[in-house]
Amino acid sequence: MKRLSLIGYGVLLLVACVLPFLVSEYRTFQFTLVLVYSIALLGLNILTGYNGQISLGHGAFYAIGAYVAAVLMDKAGFPYWATIPVAGAVCLLAGFLFGLPALRLEGLYLALATFALGVSLPQLLKYHHFEGWTGGVQGVVITKPDAPEFLAVLGLPLNQDQWLYFFTLAITVVMFLLAWNLLRGRLGRAMMAIRDNHVAAEAMGVNNAMVKSLTFGVSAMFTGVAGALGAIAIQFVAPDSFNIFVSLTFLIGIVIGGLASIPGAIYGALFIQFVPNIADEFSKAAPWAIFGLFLIGFTYLMPLGIAGAIRLGLARLTGKEHNSQPGKP
Amino acid sequence: MKRMLVPIAALLSAALASSAALAQKKYDQGASDKEILVGNINPYSGPASAYGTIGRTIAAYFKKVNEEGGVNGRQINMISYDDGYSPPKTVEMARKLVEQDKVLLIFQSLGTPPNSAIHKYMNAKKVPHLFVATGATKWNDPKTFPWTMGWQPNYQTEAKIYAQHILKEKPNAKIAVLYQNDDYGKDYLQGFKDGLGAKAKTMIVKEASYEVSDPTVDSQMAQLQASGADTFFNITIPKFAAQAIRRAWDSGWKPVHYLNNVSGSIGSTLKPAGLDKSVGLITTLYLKDQNDKAWANDPAVVEWTAFMKKYYPDGSLLATENFYGWNVAQTLVQVLKQSGNDLTRANVMKQAASLKGFVVPGLLPGIKINTSASDFAPIESVQLARFNGTDWVRFGEIMGK
Repeated sequence: MKRLSLIGYGVLLLVACVLPFLVSEYRTFQFTLVLVYSIALLGLNILTGYNGQISLGHGAFYAIGAYVAAVLMDKAGFPYWATIPVAGAVCLLAGFLFGLPALRLEGLYLALATFALGVSLPQLLKYHHFEGWTGGVQGVVITKPDAPEFLAVLGLPLNQDQWLYFFTLAITVVMFLLAWNLLRGRLGRAMMAIRDNHVAAEAMGVNNAMVKSLTFGVSAMFTGVAGALGAIAIQFVAPDSFNIFVSLTFLIGIVIGGLASIPGAIYGALFIQFVPNIADEFSKAAPWAIFGLFLIGFTYLMPLGIAGAIRLGLARLTGKEHNSQPGKP
Repeated sequence: MKRMLVPIAALLSAALASSAALAQKKYDQGASDKEILVGNINPYSGPASAYGTIGRTIAAYFKKVNEEGGVNGRQINMISYDDGYSPPKTVEMARKLVEQDKVLLIFQSLGTPPNSAIHKYMNAKKVPHLFVATGATKWNDPKTFPWTMGWQPNYQTEAKIYAQHILKEKPNAKIAVLYQNDDYGKDYLQGFKDGLGAKAKTMIVKEASYEVSDPTVDSQMAQLQASGADTFFNITIPKFAAQAIRRAWDSGWKPVHYLNNVSGSIGSTLKPAGLDKSVGLITTLYLKDQNDKAWANDPAVVEWTAFMKKYYPDGSLLATENFYGWNVAQTLVQVLKQSGNDLTRANVMKQAASLKGFVVPGLLPGIKINTSASDFAPIESVQLARFNGTDWVRFGEIMGK
């Protein structure tokens, strides 16, 4: 099984590497967004899927990451790649600090607190004392990076979209490895223990408050990195880009993709990127009604998310019970 | 047959020197002998979805044009996508239109933030980004952005006209200004100060701003009143405009009150404020009001009503957006007509910048659309109007360019 899934990931990576040479620039751009969303979803999944905390405000961290990247590029002259770690660090800190008081809240109450964060952030971004940096409602326009010159010298000329795709892909791989490592280690076990039974976890010596705050921070960091990459891909940030709908979309993404599943983040990202466009093509009058039908369809047919359905399907095919992945919370 | 004609034509044209070159058909992606493919992005969902009806009106108008034979024998086909007023989605949709659907141009994308998001992209790709649906002044910047053009009078143009009126009527006015603290409010304020010129510093005695998130503008109004101003320029969106109008009346402050066109709607601003409290307000207009009885028998309104009934029966006859859409669509059709058989992007942009004295039926009498290589602001004149308790009554000359 171990080898099989390793081969599976290898093939996936190979496909991902060949993809931008097969499809148009516009599709490449869309797949770049899929990668961006998959990192954001992975971040939220660490929090919700693995640690059992519901966040309705992860769009806020996505926005912070995006703004950190945009402001650093626009005002401080940072190269685009250098903004990614800064965005991650800022969100790690912001998430951790927000986590400290918020984690006294459980379940739905935490959901409300994070919701408050998600709805208020776009307005705070318009705050006029920050306007010098954030550009107020006007937002910040950033320049799209060109592929580094050595690639052309090596005989591999990439256009801007292809380069950005590979740049994003590299960071996505790093982030996924990071998450995989984290989740199967000590901290990951502690997270899941808290999710499954926090009293028992505490009795086993897990520092609940600390682990939960850290999880919040790590989760925010992933989403912040995604936000920074998203800003570079879109070349523009404005408060209107980060309304509460972004947060809800992320939540939809992890549930549809599969809670507590690393590949689930990719499936979820594909869903939130492409299904609204499909819905729009079905009906101009009520695209969200069509989207709703898709949502209901998916939740009925695949109650464990797409990742869960694939796992079950594989199990049936090979005739074995797979329990290597943690199930739903 | 056609193939045989081509060499003959070539020979002929060689014989006739360059004159034949004029009749030659030239196309960029999105245009052909049969069709002109136009892209559009509108918020059919989301917070600004009330404007989505503009996209439907435009589609209905193109349907009418096509039924009547199209433009120079070509059908206009419009692909319209929903961006939900979300800038990242606008970028995605603009790229889809340009790179995948291969449209000739993008027309009437709506809102300042969504258009800001694609401003650079459209100009880098050299795709016409025509008649965007926002009043920001920045769309008139042909030097830096030669592929983007607005349509409606921009905020600065309008504000300058109030300033001119004040300078003429009341050169010693003490002016108070209330503005929304964002690009829209500041755009107006800038235009207003430019219009007053050197006297701006002495004439404006007090400025107050509010945030869209504020619950009321009561405290700002109290400050402005306390300044002793006798003239008030109200740069607010309908909700706050209604509050300010009511507050100015209730507190007994009776300044000469200029209200920005953004909140000129009787239904959404003046009714909530109280029609009796709104008497004497001054604003500007550039389109006929299809609901005003004075225009009921105007040929433009009659024609528009018939058009709506036939091509867009679901659309509301009360919505200003539908009247607006009908007018802006005609402007694009004119540009395409002028482009003739040279449907390259460069020529479309050139023709959009060569509208001379073009009249759209819905414009107030005397207002004409003029553009040039250095002037990307199609409508630059408006007329002042005063509220009489039931309707806006226009007065004075058409002002502006």
